[in-house]
Amino acid sequence: MTFEEIMSLSPYSLNKEEKGKLLTERLMELTRHHLENCPEYRRMSEAVGFDVEKAEDYRDIPFLPVRLFKEMDLKSVPGEEIVKTMTSSGTTGQAVSKIYLDRETSANQQKAMVKIVQDFTGSARMPMIIIDCPGVVKNRAMFSARGAGILGFSMFGAKKIYALDDDMRLDVEGLKEFLENNKGQRILLFGFTFMIWQHFYKELVRLKDEGISFDLSDGILIHGGGWKKLISEAVSHDEFHKRLEVVCGLRSIHDYYGMVEQTGCIYMECEHGHLHASNFSDVIIRRPIDFSEAEIGETGIIQVVSTIPESYPGHSLLTEDEGAVLGVDDCPCGRKGKYFKINGRLKSAEIRGCSDTYADKFK
Amino acid sequence: MSNLEKYDQIFTETFEIGKADLEGLKYQGIPAWDSVGHMTLIASLENAFDIMFDTMDVIDFSSYEKGKEILSKGEYGVDFNA
Repeated sequence: MTFEEIMSLSPYSLNKEEKGKLLTERLMELTRHHLENCPEYRRMSEAVGFDVEKAEDYRDIPFLPVRLFKEMDLKSVPGEEIVKTMTSSGTTGQAVSKIYLDRETSANQQKAMVKIVQDFTGSARMPMIIIDCPGVVKNRAMFSARGAGILGFSMFGAKKIYALDDDMRLDVEGLKEFLENNKGQRILLFGFTFMIWQHFYKELVRLKDEGISFDLSDGILIHGGGWKKLISEAVSHDEFHKRLEVVCGLRSIHDYYGMVEQTGCIYMECEHGHLHASNFSDVIIRRPIDFSEAEIGETGIIQVVSTIPESYPGHSLLTEDEGAVLGVDDCPCGRKGKYFKINGRLKSAEIRGCSDTYADKFK
Repeated sequence: MSNLEKYDQIFTETFEIGKADLEGLKYQGIPAWDSVGHMTLIASLENAFDIMFDTMDVIDFSSYEKGKEILSKGEYGVDFNA
């Protein structure tokens, strides 16, 4: 199973058996590739007693803790083939993940993302409002997850406007003009959940009190980056949807889950509020006590597998997020594959122990 | 100005390079043609030729030569011999 063959399929077309077969074939192939080309990966696999010849299913492939990419430089291609290094977002002083991409992996990330997102937006490129400031993509030498997210989604936009200035203030005049110029067209909006709430929603509410309102009822909003800060402000998922509709008519709102360590295969939220795994990737929920696979509905630690990573050994990772699978192949939206929900981050103390000691052994 | 001249000029202006650098030039081959530079290039080409690329073509646009091939396709119809 080559990546091209996976690309040729509709992204949510495979049922459990078909997808299991595809993932096992492709992920075993990637495992062999990384065992051969990344000495650190090989040593870690040997240390946990993994034998690729005995593995029968993609769920048998060991997972690396995502944190490892902060502590080690992991590559499965010669250094001169690396064209891009992506880093995770992190506060100052915090270690960031470094993900090394060659041409092939970088292109496949973009292609997978296009297939996934177009299943929600359609194939036409739309006028696009980026709910962030232009400054975030200016530092080209260092690619933050925030900048990479914006650039990744920019492919879906035709004409683009940044809704915020570099002081994170809403550009009211610019927005007015943009909406006037693109009247009657479907508009794509993209941003990070907390920034949308803080710098867009709250400002729209204030403007409405002054008699200025925007009609975004033809818009589709894609947002990501997590709910942590909003939950601390007591804004729930439903509240977020409801309030945005009231203030600007926006009804089509899709959250996504994704991480820089597996860029490309994002998990989009459907019309029924469920996050979906596409043919390109999967989630496996692990019980924290022994890492066995949890049942449907049972909360555990999220493992993610992706068919994309060739230049770095990131095809099977244990995240630091907690969630539960809600069902397989039977979401009312019609998309096949697993659908799930995220509960939030694990308390860092719980995972720091195992990942750090895990990594230390191999230094 | 011919279509080829127009195409070349967008490359040399976007990436601040000379005409002699164009042949064999690849995406990620020079620092200026990174993902930010790529979107600038795409926007300039769309304006100059009054077209709108399909998203997959934005991604497949991986070299100076590949770009010509994409623009020559039926849906865009840019004739580089004209």
